[in-house]
Amino acid sequence: MATTDLRTGSLERHGLSDEQLRDMFRNMLLQRQLDNRGFQLNRQGKVPFALGSEGHEALQAGAAMAFNRGRDILAPYYRDLGLCLGIGLSPFEILLSIFARAEDHNGGRQFPNHYSSKAAGLMSFSSILAAHLPHAVGAAFAIAYRGETGRAVLATCGDGTTSEGEWHESMNFAAVHKLPFVMLVENNEWAISTPLAKQMAQPEIWKRAAGYGMPGRRFNGFDPIETYAAVKEAMDRARAGEGPTLVEGTCYRYLAHSTDDNDLTYRTREVVQERRKDDPVPAFEAVLLEHGIVTPEGVAAMRKDVLRETNEATDAAEALPYPEPTDLYKHVYEGAWEPWQS
Amino acid sequence: MAMEGLRPIAEIQFADFIYPSFNQIVGEAAKIRYRSNGEYTCPLVIRTPYGGGVRGALSHSVSIEALFYHVPGLKIVAPSFPDDVKGLLNAAIDDPDPVLFLEHKKTYRLIKGEVPDGHYTIPLGKANVRKAGTQLTVVSYGLYLHWALEAAQRLQEENVSVEVIDLRSIRPMDKTAILTSVQKTRKLLIVHEDNKFGGIGAEISAMVAEEALFSLDSPIRRLCGPDVPSMGYALPLEEEFMSSPAEMADAMRAMVKF
Repeated sequence: MATTDLRTGSLERHGLSDEQLRDMFRNMLLQRQLDNRGFQLNRQGKVPFALGSEGHEALQAGAAMAFNRGRDILAPYYRDLGLCLGIGLSPFEILLSIFARAEDHNGGRQFPNHYSSKAAGLMSFSSILAAHLPHAVGAAFAIAYRGETGRAVLATCGDGTTSEGEWHESMNFAAVHKLPFVMLVENNEWAISTPLAKQMAQPEIWKRAAGYGMPGRRFNGFDPIETYAAVKEAMDRARAGEGPTLVEGTCYRYLAHSTDDNDLTYRTREVVQERRKDDPVPAFEAVLLEHGIVTPEGVAAMRKDVLRETNEATDAAEALPYPEPTDLYKHVYEGAWEPWQS
Repeated sequence: MAMEGLRPIAEIQFADFIYPSFNQIVGEAAKIRYRSNGEYTCPLVIRTPYGGGVRGALSHSVSIEALFYHVPGLKIVAPSFPDDVKGLLNAAIDDPDPVLFLEHKKTYRLIKGEVPDGHYTIPLGKANVRKAGTQLTVVSYGLYLHWALEAAQRLQEENVSVEVIDLRSIRPMDKTAILTSVQKTRKLLIVHEDNKFGGIGAEISAMVAEEALFSLDSPIRRLCGPDVPSMGYALPLEEEFMSSPAEMADAMRAMVKF
């Protein structure tokens, strides 16, 4: 957890203000509340599917703080609720996605958690992991090709994705062209039901960076401040035209892959409970309390406010209509479309 | 690149090598506009040389159009003449959606033709009647279009009048041009190098059967590649796969006589 300077007793905060630290913590609370809401709605029979990011809260809150809104591009995957909140998506937009409403950025077409927002610089992605990475390095190539500086692409993936061919192709392309690109791996030790040991013989993903000729670094993804520092350093490097970086944050997936997965068929409840002892949400709360950045009353008020915001977003999104059946036919191509031309 | 404002023109040389990018083309490029409800688009052109007859063996000879023409979100162009290549390539680059641009590799050196100066475009989805005729409609594209024209010319000397339609675009496809011609000639032969089962000819046949069955005087016929993975390197294996202008002329004669 967040490092404390042993001599002064002060928090190593890497330039983050009290307000920024509180923002990160609020993001973490909001992630957990929204994750919980998706599962609640699924269990209530209101939505067919939900997928959570529990265990990734600190990593994503920290990484989002290193993202420059209005300039950088995010190419995330489907377990990036906190990152998407952190770059500007609202709980209402998250609930629109969960409820598959017409007003959702994807018009209710994609699964929940497949966020997209051109305004926020959040690239559309599919469920096929690693397929977004050629797009991400392509976007970085576009930035470099146009000679733009001060912008970078932050792409994310889980540990499982690093075994895909497109992961390698993208890393190599980014390195060859020295692109403004950061590959952030959120290593939660599970590729759905495949444990890390069955995914790779060498479990330190960051070490692969050397093979591509780029810097690599591993950090504790349960620590939002350490995450921020690692991702910020990589993003600054990319923005300055110094090329790509591979950063690997270690975390853990506390929930099953999705509401359609029973993780007890491949891991025990006890193992998860043991790992819950490192839960980054209460751990970061303790750090903030210890250093007087929040008060117990302040945390209680924050939790209440996060619940209120989630409830309001839930009610607002649920009240909105589904897409019309005729919306099925829109946006296949630009304009009206018929494969047989007359 | 295309999602962030560039207009990339990729070349996959050869079409046989396109398979590893199948997901990027079918699962991603074709769906980006749709899945983002129109927020993101993918104005990408993929040029790829396809087809055989060049001793290209198993992996430098295939036709890939049928694998992609099933996919909403993609457009597919297969011009046969140099002037069409320029106009359709310009149109493909201007197009706001992903376009697969098929170039038959044997036509690179075989076919010569005038290309107008300056910038011009030819709209996607418009076929071209390359030879007018009254007794049979032949629909084709690519190298076989040239061979079908050669066969039709041969039949002209026998006073048999065959109309030859150059599809130019496979997706979208020009329904009006096909139906107008079939309603005049009352007979339809589809000729393509790609194998017959599930090929482009099947879709054209089904469309004509749905829209103009009672205009037909004979069953629709398809002269297409055999149901084998690809053509072999050895000359007899390549020749056996390919249809010749003489075979096309025979098929045309048989249909006209029907």
